Amino acid sequence: MLKKLFLVLLFGLLVSAGVFGDDVSTGESLQQISDSFDMIWLIISAALVFFMQAGFAMVETGLTRAKNAGNIIMKNLMDFSGGAIIYLIAGWGIMYGDSISGFFGTSQFFLAGADSFVYRDWMFQVVFAATAATIVSGAMAERTKFSSYLIFSLVISGLIYPVAGHWIWNGDGWLAGMGFHDFAGSTVVHSVGGWAALMGAKVLGARKGKYLEIDGKVSVQAIPAHNMPLASLGVFILWFGWYGFNCGSTLSGTDSAIALIAVNTTLSAAAGAVSSMVLIWLMSGKPEPSMTLNGALAGLVGITAGCAVMTPLSSVLIGLISGFIVVLSVEFIDKKLHIDDPVGAVSVHAVCGVWGTLAVGLFANSDDIKGLFFSGNFNQLYVQLIGIAAVFAWTITTSYILFRLLKAFSGLRVTEDEELKGLDISEHGSESYYGFQIFQNQ
Amino acid sequence: MKLVIAYIQPHRLNEVKKELYKAEIFKLSVTNAIGCGQQEGYTESYRGVQMEVNLLKKVRLEIAVNEDFVKPTVDAIIKGARSGKIGDGKIFVLPVEECYRIRSGESGRNAIG
Repeated sequence: MLKKLFLVLLFGLLVSAGVFGDDVSTGESLQQISDSFDMIWLIISAALVFFMQAGFAMVETGLTRAKNAGNIIMKNLMDFSGGAIIYLIAGWGIMYGDSISGFFGTSQFFLAGADSFVYRDWMFQVVFAATAATIVSGAMAERTKFSSYLIFSLVISGLIYPVAGHWIWNGDGWLAGMGFHDFAGSTVVHSVGGWAALMGAKVLGARKGKYLEIDGKVSVQAIPAHNMPLASLGVFILWFGWYGFNCGSTLSGTDSAIALIAVNTTLSAAAGAVSSMVLIWLMSGKPEPSMTLNGALAGLVGITAGCAVMTPLSSVLIGLISGFIVVLSVEFIDKKLHIDDPVGAVSVHAVCGVWGTLAVGLFANSDDIKGLFFSGNFNQLYVQLIGIAAVFAWTITTSYILFRLLKAFSGLRVTEDEELKGLDISEHGSESYYGFQIFQNQ
Repeated sequence: MKLVIAYIQPHRLNEVKKELYKAEIFKLSVTNAIGCGQQEGYTESYRGVQMEVNLLKKVRLEIAVNEDFVKPTVDAIIKGARSGKIGDGKIFVLPVEECYRIRSGESGRNAIG
């Protein structure tokens, strides 16, 4: 893979140098070379981030029951497919169009007036938008009405995510103006998806049989995953795709920070897996696979905001803490709040997204940006907190209203019978494991 | 000695187990079964082609009991499995000729209980 990448890069270099080297000045020719690198790097990274859709699909399918596997696949496929079209129509324009006082973009709808640089950037951004949307699918798994989910998916890709993205990633956005730093999207992508997931799971209610009331006390039941190998394949694919997610966010193929970002991403994910394993080992007596898989993802989400401005050692620390946080958060949401999140999406993406964004205010140590531990002042931490709070308020409000509206008008949930039968049969009229006898007593 | 065989909806199994436990019936075996009865099947479609599914998934319980436990067993199964809708299932009560416990060689009432 690396060798191939190198050859592609070298080829790009030769072509641009050969074509333009003779009749333009050296400065212009260097610009051409650098543009070629950017083009190749961003499109490769976009493809890597696109592959994360497969990761999400496998994680969510694996961690839920066999009778709903096809439904989860459909949700993930439609998150991207519907999302890409709505991002062309509205999302990109709202996110990167000309800004109205830093809150909302208003131009470039339908990619109007785009050149190849804009196509390149659109391609890199559309895969991020789809990531935010697809986070929600896992938290709402196994009980959501498919048609209502489709409407929600369009709104998050076309409006909720692009507005938050505009604030932070559009150069004219109000949070960007304050110096809020979210390099690859702990807040922009993961918290937006995670908070919407929390509202979805809350409004929707738990899966049947998840929380039983026995003598006035709520008893929390386990609804085990049906395919752990698929879930782990999904986590490895996500980890792989994350190299595009974080390293690609340099938006430049000639940025020497790419190497540091890759190192930091690796270390944080590794540390997250290790610490979550240790904690769940201590808590339940066994190193449990599904929680450890969540831990690796937690480490990835945790480092996403700060991967370009941290030392590797800070990244390890951030990953370790992410792994602890995700285990405690899963327990808290399940056992205290009684919100049913089958795959831990809220804990991984929203809670660790918040932690990762805060961590920038603590551990950042680059020329432009320094966190508390390296500057001794709270300036950056303060800005990070404002960003976290603003995105939280925006996402929670809009997604709550949207889910409520869907619930009132089209119904958000399938009937109890349909839920028992499984969404594969009741929503899609087809089974995922035909020829296998899969029996479920819940 | 009787053998109680019941076919119930799979998702009712936990409820039935709970009711049996309350009636102090702790020994049972469970197998998965597919079958058809009054409850109609459903239609699936694969790549646009319709297919009828009429063998539905059920759970089969087998409980061997002494005479005085037949009524409580049947009542407990009905209580746990009944929803009032077609498809709730059926219970059969069969005579049992003999019963042995393999470990101790006991037979009859003692072996069953």
